[in-house]
Amino acid sequence: MSDATQNGPMLAADGTPLKRSLARSLRNQKLRALALISPLLIFVLLSFIFPIASMLFRSVENEIVGNVLPQSKVQLEAWDGQSDVPAPLYRAMYYDMFAAAEAKRHTRLGTRLNYEVSGMSSLFRQSGRKLDKPGKDLLKDFKKLDAAWAKGGAIYALMAGDPADARDTALAATKRAEISAMVGETIPASFDFAPSARVSAMLPATADAFMAYAAFEGGIDGKNLAKGKPWETVFVALAEDLQTADATGYNGPHADLLAQAIAAKDSIAAPDYGAIFAKIDKDWAKASTWQTIKTHSPTFTNGYFLNAIDMRRTAEGAAWQPEDKQILLTLFGRTLIMSLIITGSCILLGYPVAYILANLPMRTSNLLMILVLLPFWTSLLVRTSAWKVMLQQQGVINDVLVWLGLVADEARLVMINNELGTIIAMTHILLPFMILPMYSVMQTIPPSYVRAAKSLGATNWTTFWRVYFPQSVPGIGAGSILVFILAIGYYITPEIVGGTKGVFISNRIAYHISSSLNWGLAAALGTILLAVVLILYWAYDKIVGIDNVKLG
Amino acid sequence: MKFTTTLLAGTALTVAGAAFADEMTIVSWGGAYSKSQLKAYHEPYSAKTGVTIINDDSSAEAVAKLRAMNEAGNVTWDVVDVVASDAIRLCDEGLAMEIDADTQLAPAPDGTPASEDFGELRVSDCFIPQIVYSITFGYRTDLVGDKAPTDICAVFDLKAYPGKRSLEKRPINNMEWALLCDGVAKGDVYDVLATAEGQDRALAKLDTIKDSVVWWSAGADTPQLLADGEVIMGSTYNGRLFSVIEEQKQPVAMLWDAQVFDLDGWIIPAGLSEERKQRALDYIYFATDTQRLADQAKYISYGPARKSSAPLVGKHADLGIDMAPHMPTDPNNAKNTFLYNYEFWADYRDDIDAKFQAWLAK
Repeated sequence: MSDATQNGPMLAADGTPLKRSLARSLRNQKLRALALISPLLIFVLLSFIFPIASMLFRSVENEIVGNVLPQSKVQLEAWDGQSDVPAPLYRAMYYDMFAAAEAKRHTRLGTRLNYEVSGMSSLFRQSGRKLDKPGKDLLKDFKKLDAAWAKGGAIYALMAGDPADARDTALAATKRAEISAMVGETIPASFDFAPSARVSAMLPATADAFMAYAAFEGGIDGKNLAKGKPWETVFVALAEDLQTADATGYNGPHADLLAQAIAAKDSIAAPDYGAIFAKIDKDWAKASTWQTIKTHSPTFTNGYFLNAIDMRRTAEGAAWQPEDKQILLTLFGRTLIMSLIITGSCILLGYPVAYILANLPMRTSNLLMILVLLPFWTSLLVRTSAWKVMLQQQGVINDVLVWLGLVADEARLVMINNELGTIIAMTHILLPFMILPMYSVMQTIPPSYVRAAKSLGATNWTTFWRVYFPQSVPGIGAGSILVFILAIGYYITPEIVGGTKGVFISNRIAYHISSSLNWGLAAALGTILLAVVLILYWAYDKIVGIDNVKLG
Repeated sequence: MKFTTTLLAGTALTVAGAAFADEMTIVSWGGAYSKSQLKAYHEPYSAKTGVTIINDDSSAEAVAKLRAMNEAGNVTWDVVDVVASDAIRLCDEGLAMEIDADTQLAPAPDGTPASEDFGELRVSDCFIPQIVYSITFGYRTDLVGDKAPTDICAVFDLKAYPGKRSLEKRPINNMEWALLCDGVAKGDVYDVLATAEGQDRALAKLDTIKDSVVWWSAGADTPQLLADGEVIMGSTYNGRLFSVIEEQKQPVAMLWDAQVFDLDGWIIPAGLSEERKQRALDYIYFATDTQRLADQAKYISYGPARKSSAPLVGKHADLGIDMAPHMPTDPNNAKNTFLYNYEFWADYRDDIDAKFQAWLAK
């Protein structure tokens, strides 16, 4: 800059300072380059980065409790988890569960909690079916007072109040948000019901329950509220409100019905929410059930990661799983060790092959190369199943050994459905990934170096070890990284030939993805696996140096 | 950017086009089972309506895939064949639609409403059962010695029947059999299994044969292991054993004792467009009527789920043998059956599976 101020700026042909002109043309060039790679960039983002990010997110995400039980979650946070379950919690749970059961979301939550404690799944499923009972009983009481209560639309008219009334828009907005978060759909703006503010102030619980019904049946399902029958919760809430409601001076629709009900409030029992739950299932009477929900209610959880390392989230913090359920750390360890063994055996088997390929005349080496590549063109499943035929106790290898008399018929070797089977089959399958990088590196080693070493008096071994081998190390490094990373995530081969002791962590990931549907845990396991690979890669870089890796 | 937009728009068009064309995607298990459905249901339905049916052999991952499709908001399947326990889960998760048996399914020829005709086999409101199958044992007649096993506990009797046996690599069924053979009464099995002691007891019983077990994970494993003489007995689906015995003529026989009944049937995914939903319902109405269910038994040895179909079961389409005696529901075979408890496994599956896998790895 100082040069420019002293000597005046150098100008480009069009009169702009040269520096700016250069910067602009460089920027244009960069933009053009970016535009050229943008399809690829977007593809990588969409198909690679985005799925990985969403997987990472899934392993900590736990919105379901808050979405399905919004009011209960607030109450659960207020509860210390030690004292008796407070009445407001029972109450909130009753209304939340009812709405969830109508939307069929309670079973999803049950499935989620069942991952932590067995029995939650059926507890939620069965409770969902029994929640109408108290409301139905109360409706009978209301009907005794006046048959009009049972008519579709009666409650709607009561809640809507006088058309001239102010609306309780705050309540409407809250309930709309709760229902749409639970269902995962937005309520269209065309649905605009909100209870009368006057009625809502007089009968707060009823307005709350009715608005939840209205938001779901009217907003999500698009039903006509003026004709439909409200959820049973509305009558439960009404019974609760009657005990304290004061309708003097109210003159809106059904004011007479309401006044009559308030007058007869002694004949309508106020709901006891604790008793309702105790009646539905004895498990609801246990504090542990509520503690489980409380423990797993935060929006973000470390529970899946704890599960992934054989621990679990409890009310008192992280704790080990019972010993007879600890399996995942063992599998992580086994996956790492066996992948290392497979990588090692690939090096041992692959090195001589690559050496021969690199040092034979072109014509012969091409032929051999086809033999190396041949397995690539065969289905993975076919190759794995072929090993089954070879290795099983009544298989080809055992038959030959027995025929040769090397092994007694009763003592046939067990070579499959264990670690050995997995190692053999996977070494075979991954071998080309080791040979190819080694081969391309060895091809670039000038034969003159070897000749020079020998002419200077080195023995064959010294020549190989001191001259040839160090130059081939980058190939070993590249092959090892390829094979190891592929091996660590292998799934189908261990599943088929691994038996009980040869399965990998990926088999558990597959189980949790497709059978138990515990995607959070599967994501946590996948994340840990990814982290382990990155750490090993980093360690490799520190120890060997990633510059020493060549693919050719 | 423009290129990608065009690409996305193109994909959207293709998807929309597929949805409006006169074709539907039906998901099933593949192999001989899909073939039996093709012959008994798909071909007559296509002939009747002109709808092209596309088969997708993805039933093994149906629950996971339907969940992913639901999350993505693009369900591409119209009708899905799943086992009963998966149907219950799909129903629980709101991924399958509920079906009213009496209004949406065909009544029996004598007018009995469908709900009665299926009876208690309709284990979920979303589920229309098709077949009753069983998981049971087959044994090598030439390798078990002179005393053919007639009792499920032969599996646990290494003295009388030395040699390897194959069991499925999951706790379901194995735990029940272990408890039955450890002296637990049939009616108490699930009560016992619900306790930690009961689970330990079942694993301890399995431990006595652990070294002699080959664990399978695909239905084709046991038939192959039996055919190769790798095991002397093994559990699998009864239809697989039927084909080993009758079609491949291997020296294998069935052990029907304590066979575990299970169900397989249709569900319709939730969230289909009205048009696709109607077509799926129309297909289901056709494919689950009395005659169609009986027809399927001509091609595979699984029992039809309707009571009214049982008398119509005829001979095998190719082999010409009478199919009734090969049905798991045949009175001779069903003398001692074990009923699978869906609710129990829905609750305890994850817990017991973790213990089972930990035990396997020991």
